[in-house]
Amino acid sequence: MALLPVKFDLKKRVKLAQTVWFMYWFAVLAGVLVLSMGLFFKIELRKRSELMDNNESHFLPNLLILMGLIACSINVFGGKVCYDSLDPEKFAKWKPMLKTYLVFCVGFNALLLVTALLCFLMRIPMQFTLAEGLRNGMRYYKDTDTPGRCYMKRTLDLMQIEFHCCGNDNYRDWFEIQWVSNRYLDFSSKEVRDRIGSNVDGQYLMDGVPFSCCNPSSPRPCIQAQMTNNSAHYSYDHYTEDLNVWKRGCRDALLSYYGGMMSTIGALVILVTMLEAGVTVGMQYVHSSLSNLANPEDPESESEGWLLEKTVKETFTDIMDKMKSMGKGSKVEEGEAAVETVS
Amino acid sequence: MPFMPVKFNLQKRVKLAQGLWMLYWFSVIAGILIFSLGIFFKIELRKRSEMMDNNESHLVPNLLILVGLLACGLNAFGGKVCHDSLDPIKFSKWKPMLKTYLLLCCSFNVLLVLVSLLCFLMQFSVYLTLAEGLSYAIRFYKDTDTPGRCFMKRTLDMTQIEFHCCGNNNFRDWFEVQWISNRYLDMSNDVVKDRVLSNVEGKYLMDSVPFSCCNPGSPRPCIQHHLTNNSAHYDYDHRTEELNIWTRGCLEALFSYYSSLMSSIGVFVLFAIILESVDMAGLKYLSTALETMAEPENPECESEGWLLEKGVKETFSDLLTKLKTLGRTNQVEGGDAPEANT
Repeated sequence: MALLPVKFDLKKRVKLAQTVWFMYWFAVLAGVLVLSMGLFFKIELRKRSELMDNNESHFLPNLLILMGLIACSINVFGGKVCYDSLDPEKFAKWKPMLKTYLVFCVGFNALLLVTALLCFLMRIPMQFTLAEGLRNGMRYYKDTDTPGRCYMKRTLDLMQIEFHCCGNDNYRDWFEIQWVSNRYLDFSSKEVRDRIGSNVDGQYLMDGVPFSCCNPSSPRPCIQAQMTNNSAHYSYDHYTEDLNVWKRGCRDALLSYYGGMMSTIGALVILVTMLEAGVTVGMQYVHSSLSNLANPEDPESESEGWLLEKTVKETFTDIMDKMKSMGKGSKVEEGEAAVETVS
Repeated sequence: MPFMPVKFNLQKRVKLAQGLWMLYWFSVIAGILIFSLGIFFKIELRKRSEMMDNNESHLVPNLLILVGLLACGLNAFGGKVCHDSLDPIKFSKWKPMLKTYLLLCCSFNVLLVLVSLLCFLMQFSVYLTLAEGLSYAIRFYKDTDTPGRCFMKRTLDMTQIEFHCCGNNNFRDWFEVQWISNRYLDMSNDVVKDRVLSNVEGKYLMDSVPFSCCNPGSPRPCIQHHLTNNSAHYDYDHRTEELNIWTRGCLEALFSYYSSLMSSIGVFVLFAIILESVDMAGLKYLSTALETMAEPENPECESEGWLLEKGVKETFSDLLTKLKTLGRTNQVEGGDAPEANT
């Protein structure tokens, strides 16, 4: 008893083949889309790899690129087979490969689902990578003369300007590190020496932030230095001042940016998976309806198409039996070889 | 003697019609592109209209939008005519309109030339508008509590950050303007009072710039205040310091952006003119080739197509005599009417 059988006459078979061919071309476009999303994600990670300590995992974009390429190629092949399915001679050369092709498609669909799941799960490792990378980024902000880190200041400034954020968790992170290089500190000045002396690590700490933390929407010119000292500025209360510098932390801002990107990509991959499942089902119907024509010579004869030749349970038990017999086959061969070697 | 005649047989006519149909579809796409370029330009002008004192001329983008729509319509019609030209029955209903259509296309080409010229010439107007608008913008920077100007600070800050520029011509423009609102100045402070009094107009001027002038590429943290005072900062010489703040003026930065945009649009319109002219020539050849068929009943006969029925000089003198007769008829009618009255 076949699973979901459908009766087909010539007209219905032609319509089915045409629809499935059309769907395959949409699926090719979907594959191209997945490929380009993978490339875009890879480029975005590369752009800010300095802020992630050059340590970010490129596993997900690489997987997306690979899936996109595979999707394109199997969908092009499927489209070609559908196109030829209406001509019995051309179809005859594709027929033997179809069973393997369909099994491969099912496996590919499962892999696509796993990719979609990963898109949502990889947010967690990204959080840790960002937290660590940003902390190091801020520490190396002042090292504009150290090779390999000389662009950290510019990258961090541009990022804070672009993402409207300041510091790792908030702007107070800048109070805990020395972000002014020693080259620009006058060590003969008493004030500088006092500040460095008052600190255990000998760092020049101050309650100031870089200019890139400034919020352009503030009604007053930006207050960057002596931020916690209300008396240093006229009519200023740092507890109530909201618009002076960006309140959000950069880890939060970057995570929401990348998280949003990954969620969108994950949702699109799920849609692509559904499309692929649809074309696989369509191809199975095309294959089964053309395989058992009532009268092989007459192209206008009736035929029946199905999803599975037997029911789900029977197909499953069949596969289990096949695997067991394969296992027994190798055991018997081993036993025979052992007997031969002994005797 | 026709101008540039070409002999046609059925195959050549079919090829011409098909090629021309394809060309007309490219022209429709070009028309859509001109339309979208016009909209993009309009949006870009709107985005920074505060910098131009809300005084900028929207003539060029409006013209581009109009011309784009016209181009789409004319070229779609032309494509339809080409498509029908191979069927004598369908073509006969378009035939009477073709002469007017070609005249319309000619005048549309002239309009396109005008638009392209404007794209290059209106850059002067944009420059003057920007110069005036930016000087006002810097003056109103501090007025974040005045309705209508409260976003000037934000707009100017974002412009300076985005275009990597500072001030109108250079950063010293900020030294001549009070860019800190009086609300944030402690008037009881002696330093403040001295500074305000030392100035004729009673303005609080200083040698500082807003934070948006800062260059992120500078190796040292940004020096915004006491820019001309070398001793105020360790190891600082304002004459040699190049990377601290942006050295370019916003007038130059914004103008180069808009002028490159307008020049590219102008070049694209020139390209569209060439395309339209080729379309017109092709349609003229096709229509004359279909009109001069030796045997109207036999579609496979030979025919001749041309650009102008007579030579260029003769066509021109014909036009002039037509215009003169039009003028003379008016005069004659004018003479008749007074006679009829008397």
